Amino acid sequence: MKGKVVVDRGRCCYCGGCVGVCPQDALSLQEVLLCVDDVKCVGCGLCVKFCPVDALSIEK
Amino acid sequence: MIDRFYDVVVVGAGPAGSVAAKVFAERGLKTLVLEKRQEIGAPKRCAEGINVTALRGLGLEPDPRWAVHEIKGAVLYAPSGRCLEVKSGNVLGYVLERKMFEKFLAFEAIRRGAKYMVKTTATGVVKEEGKVCGVEAVYMGEEFTVDCRLVVAADGVDSKIARTAGLNTVNSMADYHSGFQYEMAGLHLSDPEVLHIFFGEKIAPKGYVWIFPKGGDVANVGVGVLGRLSDRGCKARDFLDGFIDSRPEIFRDASPVEINTGGIPVGSTVDCMTADGLMVVGDAAHQVNPIHGGGIALAMNAGRLAAEVGVKALAEGDVSQNRLSEYEVLWKEGYGSKLERLLKLRNFMEKLEDCDLEKMCDVLSGEDVMRLTEGEYNFLINRFIKKAPKILPLARKFLT
Repeated sequence: MKGKVVVDRGRCCYCGGCVGVCPQDALSLQEVLLCVDDVKCVGCGLCVKFCPVDALSIEK
Repeated sequence: MIDRFYDVVVVGAGPAGSVAAKVFAERGLKTLVLEKRQEIGAPKRCAEGINVTALRGLGLEPDPRWAVHEIKGAVLYAPSGRCLEVKSGNVLGYVLERKMFEKFLAFEAIRRGAKYMVKTTATGVVKEEGKVCGVEAVYMGEEFTVDCRLVVAADGVDSKIARTAGLNTVNSMADYHSGFQYEMAGLHLSDPEVLHIFFGEKIAPKGYVWIFPKGGDVANVGVGVLGRLSDRGCKARDFLDGFIDSRPEIFRDASPVEINTGGIPVGSTVDCMTADGLMVVGDAAHQVNPIHGGGIALAMNAGRLAAEVGVKALAEGDVSQNRLSEYEVLWKEGYGSKLERLLKLRNFMEKLEDCDLEKMCDVLSGEDVMRLTEGEYNFLINRFIKKAPKILPLARKFLT
């Protein structure tokens, strides 16, 4: 189990850039809220690496 | 009030979506545009530069309400600060106010009969026998479904609609920039009539820092960093803050008025831009210039092309993938080879080290840079043979 992505709401600028790299289709931008589908997320960390403002991390 | 059925549903009210909606609406098709944000055009995910030829090619006369600043050239800075300048007496482009521009494009579509909904997130497509025939969406927390004959996915880098229709629009970290930008006031710019572009491994790995002036002491100041090199401690934001701190001569009196972030597709366009009953346009289709990451004009041209094909397909009663693929053919004819050449040029540029970038300043003129941005690079090999033999093998490998 690699863990799941969690969003730091204080940092997220809701640009949706991370959604564009998620191979599992686990992220979505609903209006201005970045949502993570815990069922789909496999904790690959691509979105964590991409995020320009370090708003994402993997929680074990 | 919206109806239950539309000829066309456009998802996303950016430049691609609104241009497409305008074309559909003026041909008398019942058109609905769904925009997830509560304000069209804000927050921007863009440095707002556009070339004047592209703007006029789209039939748009620059309006000072949205074309807020005239640009007459560019200065490119190597890591040491040495620079290449290209400046014209004429206006070469504009820096836009995107929130005004996107609303202007929406007004144009609305005045031709299109309906818009904001604060409305499209969550997926409805399919019947494998064909797209509607959109599921949420407005103010309430779910609803709209039936339609054709869907245009103009929903940006975070596109879900094309993916739910089975198309692959996922970006690779090798072809995707992580972007961070401040719109700032209080800048001291050496020349506010030109774009300022800064290169270097320590400034922006495989990317660049930009200062796009918006008039007076205001500018968009941003950075793009290649996704695969973005990591904790060396994120786009870290690079931009470092750049700003290192240049008090420009930034000592500056403060941000906006923060903008985003992903910038800089690779090839997506392999397939159509499905039965659906077309993808703009950032969602990765229709972006790989060398500078600009995409406003390409997105609008794609929106127009897609809609023109869509209008014919709807009139014929055939919105199959096969019929809609005429849009892809026209796209490739119009833009494909130029974008492929620019991608090759980007791959070459990515291999250059800081010392090579310095050398480029000796070898190239400002006019050469203009040619490069158009994808004309054949002259480079001859230039390197004479003046920069060290770069020649790389140039031969990537550019021939």
